[in-house]
Amino acid sequence: MRVRELILCAGLLAAGGADAETLSEVSGRYAIVPASTIAFHVAQVGGGGIDGRFPDFAGTLELDGGDLARSRVTITLEPATVTAGEQRIADFLRSSAVFDVANHPAITFTSTRVVRRGSDAAEILGSLTARGRTLSATFHATLLERRGRELLFRVVGRIARDPYDMGIGVPIYSNFADFEMLLRCERI
Amino acid sequence: MWRNTRTSYGWIAIALHWAVAAAFATTFALGWATQAVADEPATQFNLYQWHKSFGFLVLALALVRFGATILEVRPDPVLGLPAWQRRASGAMHALLLALLLAVPLAGWAVASASPLAIPSYVFELVVVPHLPLPKSAAMEAVASWAHAILAWTTCALVAGHAGAAVVHAVALRDGTLRRMLSPRG
Repeated sequence: MRVRELILCAGLLAAGGADAETLSEVSGRYAIVPASTIAFHVAQVGGGGIDGRFPDFAGTLELDGGDLARSRVTITLEPATVTAGEQRIADFLRSSAVFDVANHPAITFTSTRVVRRGSDAAEILGSLTARGRTLSATFHATLLERRGRELLFRVVGRIARDPYDMGIGVPIYSNFADFEMLLRCERI
Repeated sequence: MWRNTRTSYGWIAIALHWAVAAAFATTFALGWATQAVADEPATQFNLYQWHKSFGFLVLALALVRFGATILEVRPDPVLGLPAWQRRASGAMHALLLALLLAVPLAGWAVASASPLAIPSYVFELVVVPHLPLPKSAAMEAVASWAHAILAWTTCALVAGHAGAAVVHAVALRDGTLRRMLSPRG
């Protein structure tokens, strides 16, 4: 049993080593593919909260491994397609109370600066436009994997709802939406 | 003055009576308003939270009132009241108190059974846990139906109760209403 565990660990380490990449080595232009996931969580008082996803999105990454600060990231989400487990919650999120998709059909993020944070991580600063308001936002990206022409990033970020006039439900629900994204990007 | 006597209500009973009345009226109005603003989801959400908060206040006050009816002396009816009116009055008071407990309990069941699982954050002060009910849209619908029926029934009985009080005050002039305004009534 112990031998099997050792072999398994060695295998995992070897696989990790093969996949381990640094941002310096992945220069190029990439498109975010639909197999990615963009999820968010809004905590509620007493525990639990709302877990949602944006299934429809598009985006590109222009990575400059030599000078990461010159890299650019753009992502557009379609809040009309948001899901949240319960249909009534999704409808509420789409309504004028939150995303107001009738008047604001897109949420966009455009980077203004990318700052390296280690060999495989970066901080992406930019402008997030939602519900007609554009404010600065920061996301933290980690390169998890490179496979052929594909990259896999984990991107997290916390966005305050109230500045976007989406503060409905505070303090029952947290003012913050925590984003968790797994972005699969294909070189184009 | 604070406690009831055989002939008068004390300030505690009087305050509880009017506090429950005010809390129920506010809760009912807020509940009605939630349906009137169905096309304004943000306003509707906020009204629901106020409705729930006042509903829990009704429940708390009704429980205190229920305790008071057990612990306190019940004043005798005013002199000269016919036997059938005594019986009707007693039944009305008992039914109203039962409904003032049942309506918020049914509302609590709605919040507890709803798959939306929206916390009951009463006056943004305390989180009241959900009742141990299975969460399903069907259970929520049944509880909502019961909540609405009980609320409208209570509303009708309150109207009857208030109407009877007015008749006693204006037509019969027998001091029934005055007793619920002041211990000296």
